[in-house]
Amino acid sequence: MRISREDVLRVAELAHLELSEAEIEKYRAQLDSILEYIGKLNELDTSAVEPMAQVLSPEDPQSPNATLRDDVVIPCDLAADVLRQAPDAQPPYFRVPKVIER
Amino acid sequence: MSAPNTNGKLWTISAVRAALSAKQISARELAKDFFARIDRENPRLNAFLTLSPDRAFAQADRIDAMIARGDTLPPLAGVPVAIKDVISTRGVRTTCGSKILENYVPPYDATAVVRLENAGGAILGKTNCDEFAMGSSNENSAYGPVHNPVALDRVPGGSSGGSAAAVRAGLAVAALGTDTGGSIRQPGALCGIPAMMGTYGRVSRYGLIAFASSLDRIGPFASTVEDAASVLAVIAGRDPSDATSADVKVGDYSLALKKDVKGMRLGIPREYFGEGMDQAVRTRVEAAISALEKRGCKRVEISMPHTDYAIAVYYIIATAEASSNLARYDGVRYGLRVPAATLLEMYRTTRGAGFGAEVKRRIMLGTYVLSAGYYDAYYRKGQQVRALIAKDFREAFEKVDAIVTPTSPVPAFKLGERTEDPLAMYLADIYTVTGSLAGVPGISIPCGDTPDGLPVGFQIFGPHFAEERVLQLAYAAQQAISAS
Repeated sequence: MRISREDVLRVAELAHLELSEAEIEKYRAQLDSILEYIGKLNELDTSAVEPMAQVLSPEDPQSPNATLRDDVVIPCDLAADVLRQAPDAQPPYFRVPKVIER
Repeated sequence: MSAPNTNGKLWTISAVRAALSAKQISARELAKDFFARIDRENPRLNAFLTLSPDRAFAQADRIDAMIARGDTLPPLAGVPVAIKDVISTRGVRTTCGSKILENYVPPYDATAVVRLENAGGAILGKTNCDEFAMGSSNENSAYGPVHNPVALDRVPGGSSGGSAAAVRAGLAVAALGTDTGGSIRQPGALCGIPAMMGTYGRVSRYGLIAFASSLDRIGPFASTVEDAASVLAVIAGRDPSDATSADVKVGDYSLALKKDVKGMRLGIPREYFGEGMDQAVRTRVEAAISALEKRGCKRVEISMPHTDYAIAVYYIIATAEASSNLARYDGVRYGLRVPAATLLEMYRTTRGAGFGAEVKRRIMLGTYVLSAGYYDAYYRKGQQVRALIAKDFREAFEKVDAIVTPTSPVPAFKLGERTEDPLAMYLADIYTVTGSLAGVPGISIPCGDTPDGLPVGFQIFGPHFAEERVLQLAYAAQQAISAS
């Protein structure tokens, strides 16, 4: 068993996810079996392999690094539309529960 | 004239163009026919989540005015299209198949949507999908599963199951889907229609609600390879709003279709033809390869030694990126909020209530592989093996012009058959994730049915930005298969 109940609780806290008791045990068992499967990667010696973070390498003439746009301000008049989507807006702000206790 | 049923011939883009030009039908009448058909068929398919008649009819009226004036028509004039519900549509609800975005109405359009409409497409609505595109059967949608039009008790594949089902059932002429590990190609295979993803960066991701940013791609579903090519040509190309969209010329895909495939070397990777493949799938895929050989293609046995590690790599990288991308759903700016006394408590309750089981599972896994003490063992290791998988493709393309494989090891499975075992469901993507990780273009085309009448998909991969070659081979295979 790779994943303990404490691991699940720690990860849920990092991910800001509220889990029920049933979910905690279900995910513990499922993550355990998925991670066991993923463990097959250890069959490969990758000590000399550069990690691949994106599809096109930075040297590639087609890579995004070669196509960054100029850093210019483009007016974006969407604030009202955006705030309309908020569960609790007080334009021009988003309202949230109290963060700092006095 | 009215929209045909699934037993008849489906509308194609060229048939729409011919009918509109000859004034046999107006764009408005055509759109109306499609909405009537959706009203009739959607209750049993659940392919559409939201319809956008105002938008579709406004576009149809623009096209009808152009026809009345005798203007030159754009390439998709009046063509009824559907959009997967992870792609933003201004003013049209976009849920990502999730309760957390149940009432979300995007303030802007995705670039692919803008381009489809600029080319004359009439957007009928938004199609059902696995929640945040996470799944291989469409059973992870918060709005219920999509049913496969070919066999209603079976899955349409996923995650773009609604788009695949809509096109297969004649509820749209073409549709956009998204592919992260197989989510365009696999439902295309299971529903029996062409489905394509271009090279990573070929189509702008601007407005695509992110799942795994280094893997996500937008691409077309259509009833013919010609139509898939036409839609891809419209949506492809550099977009300043997506820095990862490539500044590479978009080829003439329609012209590419007509090129002779004689002498093309087809790589048959032995790792894709081992155990675990359904016998009927093997038979149909072998027949497709033979059909291409008869057209002068050469069969070359190759090896792609890291294939067997692809699912493991994918479920590290995709979940890691997802755990980061989905951090934005916190009940503050949009979507669901479950009220709570403190901000942190509000985050937790909102996300706990708003996300479904598969999304939570992937967020948990992704958070774990990125967490202190595990990053090197999992995430970095995954990125390293991803590099080896990409190298397999680069080396293969030194010997062959394209790689051909089955799209899915099995035809459409029964609804509910695999939902209890996440790992078994993940293995449905075993032939598609490799190309996702390597960033190469790929297409699935139908290559006949199993004895039970279920469609089988034939997958073709090409090198980066070789969309023309992939389409050329797909078209040749389509012609050869239908002739044999």
